[in-house]
Amino acid sequence: MMFPYIVRRVFVMILMLTILSVITFILFNAVPTDPAKLTCGKTCTPEIVAANRIRLGLDQPLIVQYVEWIKGIFVGRTYGTGSATFECSAPCLGYSFRNGEEVTTLIVNALPVTMYLAVGAFLLWMLVGISMGIAAAKNHGKWQDRTIMSVSLIGYSLPVFFVGLLLLIFAIVRWNLLPYPNYESPFDDPVAFFQTMLLPWVTLAILYAAYYARLTRSQMLETMGEDFIRTARAKGLSERVVFRKHAFRAGLTPIVTSAGLDLAGLLGGAVITEYIFSLPGLGRLAIGAVTDYDLPTITATVLVAAVFVIVANLVVDILYAAIDPRVRLS
Amino acid sequence: MTKVENVILEVKNLNVEFTTDDGIVHAVNNVSYKVERGKTLAIVGESGSGKSVSSLAVMGLLSASNSKISGEVFFNGNELVGADPEVIRKLRGDEMAMIFQDPLSALHPYYTIGDQLIEAVLVHQNVKNSEARSRAAEMLTKVGIPSVEQRMDEYPHQLSGGMRQRVMIAMALINGPELLIADEPTTALDVTVQAQILDLLRELQKEFGTAIVLITHDLGVVADLADEVLVMYGGSAVEHAPVREIFYSPQMPYTWGLLASIPQISAKKTQLDPIPGSPPSALNMPAGCVFAPRCAFKERVADNLCADKFPDLLAVSKDHEARCHLSEDQRTAIRTERKIGRV
Repeated sequence: MMFPYIVRRVFVMILMLTILSVITFILFNAVPTDPAKLTCGKTCTPEIVAANRIRLGLDQPLIVQYVEWIKGIFVGRTYGTGSATFECSAPCLGYSFRNGEEVTTLIVNALPVTMYLAVGAFLLWMLVGISMGIAAAKNHGKWQDRTIMSVSLIGYSLPVFFVGLLLLIFAIVRWNLLPYPNYESPFDDPVAFFQTMLLPWVTLAILYAAYYARLTRSQMLETMGEDFIRTARAKGLSERVVFRKHAFRAGLTPIVTSAGLDLAGLLGGAVITEYIFSLPGLGRLAIGAVTDYDLPTITATVLVAAVFVIVANLVVDILYAAIDPRVRLS
Repeated sequence: MTKVENVILEVKNLNVEFTTDDGIVHAVNNVSYKVERGKTLAIVGESGSGKSVSSLAVMGLLSASNSKISGEVFFNGNELVGADPEVIRKLRGDEMAMIFQDPLSALHPYYTIGDQLIEAVLVHQNVKNSEARSRAAEMLTKVGIPSVEQRMDEYPHQLSGGMRQRVMIAMALINGPELLIADEPTTALDVTVQAQILDLLRELQKEFGTAIVLITHDLGVVADLADEVLVMYGGSAVEHAPVREIFYSPQMPYTWGLLASIPQISAKKTQLDPIPGSPPSALNMPAGCVFAPRCAFKERVADNLCADKFPDLLAVSKDHEARCHLSEDQRTAIRTERKIGRV
């Protein structure tokens, strides 16, 4: 019963990815500048620009360029002809002249940083947020509930750049609790990694945990008023089982949806947080690319971020069906 | 009256109050009744009459944070008011069970029928999962679910309304409770299915000897199933009698109104006589008789008594009590005039 549903969803996803690639490609070409000119260094002559234009295939019709671009992603492509060729292996997202590197390499280097940041923050905020929400719902109307809601309202109202800078100034600059952020891979230097990531995780988690606490609370309160909860109590189930098995599962769907999309959004790059804590992630790559007019890198970061959102949508849909049997059959 | 040991549920002067933002609501006032083993008591009334609330109070299903229960509830001789909630919880689903109006919303949408029944067994019985499953299957067969093995793996939304209510009944009776509270069990169902469900309840009652408290506003259902009837209005019991007495010799204008609003095939009338007005708000109960504002006969009582004093629940005959300021002669005269009951 689940299988046709997944096949349907995957089909929709492929369709969306195709549309997305077209939009991204149009974006590349819509920028009011000559992409060939941007490939040119300080000593630029019209001849170099013209040669680069041909090398990069920018003289070709748009449709050919699009096909070449897509082909590059799947099988790689070769720029130029004759002796001056340049091999860009799959998945080829273009060549960044600004960085003097293949865009794929840039992405591959930046992606893990963003991933560690997003996943770490995600785990932290889900744990804290959902626990707070449940505690508030269980003590509905009491002081615990009011305290949690007030705290979360504050957390939710504080912008990331404010919290981030505050943490940076106090924890690092003033009190020297942690060394200055200096990103290291967790495999090379786990201690430095955790010291660097701790504050970014907390920064992001404060905002999202506040939101998830409120979401969880309202969901739980809503489901606790459902008729099937009364049935569960009429069966003689203990409050703990009623809450965990009956209410929580029923209230879970909107939380799963939000969680999936929020995580995906962050995987595309947590721009502000990465900037504040000098994390060389996708967000910083994207901002750098935008300020430098680095067109291939801009398109690639947009594409990667969008792919995350689309894939997350699919995952959420599948989880939805796993949680709610009514979805599978409709 | 009956011997005490034959009474499974005895409610004495039950009061339920709710604290709301608008003030304290007296949802149930001094309601008393007894239910004998294997018998059916119907509690009849409009929405807001306190009929559901009084049974939820018996089941211990009212939230302790905003409701206050006083009076006495003896279940099998044990006092439930003020008892440890854990004690009442262990009775629920085991000794006393409840079914509800809308079986679709009363069943958990995410768990299969089988899982929900098995869970009901496992809360109270220390048996293996497989044993619980076979009991569930047995019970589902008993309530008339076809191809049980397949149905057990289905979800509530895959079943028809009647089937869902059968599942609810199976779940309620699976541990062999002595008391079943059925809160409008047929209201959300098609008319043809209603009759089937009532037949089923009657059969199962005979088989298991379960006492039933049937909450309804449908006097057709009452005639079908009840041994005794408690009519509630505005949170109070207004008439209490064996079922024949209610239909043949009703003694309270509200009961007359209920009877007059049942469609009858034999009657030549083309219109029903609904009770004028609407039930009183629990926040703003009329002084005097709660039914007086809607009562067509209050002028016949001298000194505007109906507006001033709530009548006591007085014995009309053996086992029959009613609350009304009209004298017995006046009532008989009105019933003769309006052809209510048998005169």
